[in-house]
Amino acid sequence: MSTEAAKLIAAAIAIGLGAIGPGIAIGLIGAKGAEAIGRNPEATPKIQTAMILAIAFAEAVAIYALVVALILKFVS
Amino acid sequence: MSEISIHAQPIFWLSSFPVTNTLALSVAIFIILFLGSIIFRGKLKLIPAGFQNLAEIIIEGAFGIMDPILGSRRTSERYLPLTLTIFLFVLFSNWLGLLPGVGSIIVKTAQGTVPLFRSPASDLNFTIALALIAVTMVNVFGVGVRGLWGRISVFINFRSPMGFFVGLLELISEFAKIISFSFRLFGNVFAGEVLLAIMAYLLPYLAPVPFMILEIFFGFIQAFIFAILTLIFISIAVSHEEGLEES
Repeated sequence: MSTEAAKLIAAAIAIGLGAIGPGIAIGLIGAKGAEAIGRNPEATPKIQTAMILAIAFAEAVAIYALVVALILKFVS
Repeated sequence: MSEISIHAQPIFWLSSFPVTNTLALSVAIFIILFLGSIIFRGKLKLIPAGFQNLAEIIIEGAFGIMDPILGSRRTSERYLPLTLTIFLFVLFSNWLGLLPGVGSIIVKTAQGTVPLFRSPASDLNFTIALALIAVTMVNVFGVGVRGLWGRISVFINFRSPMGFFVGLLELISEFAKIISFSFRLFGNVFAGEVLLAIMAYLLPYLAPVPFMILEIFFGFIQAFIFAILTLIFISIAVSHEEGLEES
């Protein structure tokens, strides 16, 4: 297999597998956040802020995987 | 298809210092914010009107978010300049990077044709610089409020073997914060650029529109996240409870 082909496959696998964990995590965070808001609608701003923060942390992990994929694709 | 480059492209050289297109736009944003605030400051009135209304909404909103985290309005006032500046600078750099002209006006250089302006946060230098500033200021504030030994004792902690490992983890996580801050912002903005370029290649004029909306939203969110995380790390650094001792 040539290096070009290996790089492309590696980039695809990097972001493909790397997005599984954060995807599940963000789904769980959203679910718990929606449940908390449903129980106590008065605390919505606090819950929303905490939820957005947690989602940003989870998404950052997906972004790390994306950066690896981008480096594989665009840096010769 | 336009060249997608991870590195920022220099548009001209100041005797071996490359002035890149991202540097050009971030200097332009700095000038806009700086001149804007100086001109605005001269026009402050007791009864707000027009733009001052918007500025007051932003400041009140910022205090409304910071007060519950930091505890009191006085501490919020102390840390508002850094966090709000980070927020506004990143917000403007993300949003102004979407304007027509950024990325499309091209100049010819010795290395080829490069865009004249480019979203600053798509340059890893910009995001690493901001991350270093944020983490350094967190530690400076920590030292300022709790003293040099107060800050160092978070990392070097000989009270117990468990405490020693926790201190080591804290030290490693300081560096992880720098990397995490910079790569979060860089990844979001650079991936957005790549996405817009590919969409514009696939279906010009129409396909990028929904992704532009996404980029506006994400630009705001990333600026907000950067500022809020800086704020939270500051609040942890200046009000660290002596949990291990009392238990």
